[in-house]
Amino acid sequence: MAGIAVLCEVQGGEVSRGSIGVLEEAGRLGAALGVSVDAIVCGSGLDDAKLAALGGFGASTVRVADDALLASGIAQPVVDACATAQEAGGYRYWMAAASIMTADAMAGLSARLGAGIVIDAVELHAEGGALVTRRSGLGDSVLAHCGFVSAVGVVVTRANAFAATEGNGGTAPVERFAPTFRAWSQAVTLVGHEDAVETGPDISAADVLVAGGRGLGEASGFDQIEELATAFGGAVAATRAVVDAGWYPYSSQVGQTGKTVTPKLYVACGISGAIQHKVGMQGSGTIVAINKDKNAPIFDYADFGIVGDLNAIVPQLTALVKARG
Amino acid sequence: MRIAICVKEVPDPTAVKRIDDGSHRLVRSGENTLNPYDRHAIEAAVQIKEGPAPDTEITIVTMAPESAGRSVDRALAQGGDRSIHIADEAAAGSDLLGTARVLAAALKRESFDLILLGQQAADSECYVMAGLVAELLEVPCITQAASIELGDGSVTVKRQVETGYDTVKAQLPCVVSVSDAINDPRYPPLPAIMGAKRKPHEVVTLAELGIDASTVGAAGAATSVGGLSKPAGRGDTIVLEDDGTAAEQLLAFLVEKKVVA
Repeated sequence: MAGIAVLCEVQGGEVSRGSIGVLEEAGRLGAALGVSVDAIVCGSGLDDAKLAALGGFGASTVRVADDALLASGIAQPVVDACATAQEAGGYRYWMAAASIMTADAMAGLSARLGAGIVIDAVELHAEGGALVTRRSGLGDSVLAHCGFVSAVGVVVTRANAFAATEGNGGTAPVERFAPTFRAWSQAVTLVGHEDAVETGPDISAADVLVAGGRGLGEASGFDQIEELATAFGGAVAATRAVVDAGWYPYSSQVGQTGKTVTPKLYVACGISGAIQHKVGMQGSGTIVAINKDKNAPIFDYADFGIVGDLNAIVPQLTALVKARG
Repeated sequence: MRIAICVKEVPDPTAVKRIDDGSHRLVRSGENTLNPYDRHAIEAAVQIKEGPAPDTEITIVTMAPESAGRSVDRALAQGGDRSIHIADEAAAGSDLLGTARVLAAALKRESFDLILLGQQAADSECYVMAGLVAELLEVPCITQAASIELGDGSVTVKRQVETGYDTVKAQLPCVVSVSDAINDPRYPPLPAIMGAKRKPHEVVTLAELGIDASTVGAAGAATSVGGLSKPAGRGDTIVLEDDGTAAEQLLAFLVEKKVVA
């Protein structure tokens, strides 16, 4: 019996590494619960031979919905595909690695099925014959053990929570199915796409990152961020908000839709610390936060926080670091 | 144009937060405040009203204990015209699906063209409420909007995704959650704060919305919290207010931790 379905997202023609990490974790969970795991893949023009390789990461069957409506990265047609797969598969649990699309798709599926949803899960355990997740809370200071009362449970795992391996080289049978699309799911269309342009240095290799957010006030606020980064011998990072505002290039963006970084030191200046940012930098060695707003969530997961005016503190810090030579 | 904005009251981030050992719910006894991410949704609605659709009515919708009136007033002061406040003891302990059911029932009573939410709740870091509510309403959904443009019976949104920027168009009615990149919310002037109390406030119960109380609240929760544990990981956070020496203290800390040679 297939008890677990893992929504595996295709990005740029490849199944995402995050999805594969969750598929492997689901395989370990399924073994403990005595159920098998199916991979559910949605897209358009998909290559069955390539998808069969998901068998090497724990999938017993790869179930594929291939339709132009599933090519756009819009979540609601994917909800329809998952709901169709649920009718045939009768899964007890659905899970996906958090991304812009999958989080929305799992939310929609939860509502459609009347199934409970747990988001931001960082661990999956089999306890008493059922799945009990660990969901991080209160600025990661506590783990809530969240399970399900409903017949079906839906889980969105935190981005980067489960690292993918290289697999065992196995394959699984691929079965195609045709989703039943709802009218409202077709009322959203993708009308344009711009690829992100990669310019500037590769920040993922830097030992020290000095990051700027909306709290810098304006684009020129990055001048002092660059000076501090230079003093540390590091590089400059940015949040989605300032990249969207055009203050700094996309290639420097850290977070859910940017890069995942693990420098030895991460200095967050004027950054509130939304979860989309946190998932990209929480693996950093030492996290420093400088923000005038003492309510900023980033203080919950910084090692050293300073409440104050970054326009005063950053230049002082730059001078002190330079003075050490 | 009729715009509804779903807002949430959250504990003041400066208050010491804890989860009750018995109920495993967040203790909300301290000071509470309007979810800061919701302010971007209100600002987006106000900009629509100030710009392309001056006849817009902005309705603030929230599910919260009756004590949340101050946060509702805050949302009204920022630009709401009226509020619908679902206050019912039976709604306490609602999980994400239960909360979505309550909000959807309130939204279904009226015909809103556009339903806005902030990108996430500051307390639970929940970022899926838009997707839940849209599906229950059977309307299209766009999340993480970095800009919103109104068309004839449609809305066009630019959003950042993993591979770059998507432009997405949806027919109205539609649910849109806005990212914190969309705008810089203005603080309301004093007369707007004073005037908020005089705006129409509607306080409704679950029964008045036709909701079966056994499908929401703690009784109807589809998820359960069986226990709490301490994560391995970070030690204590040092947070200090800058008195002019914070940069020196930070550098000393980094040297002591051997992060800086």
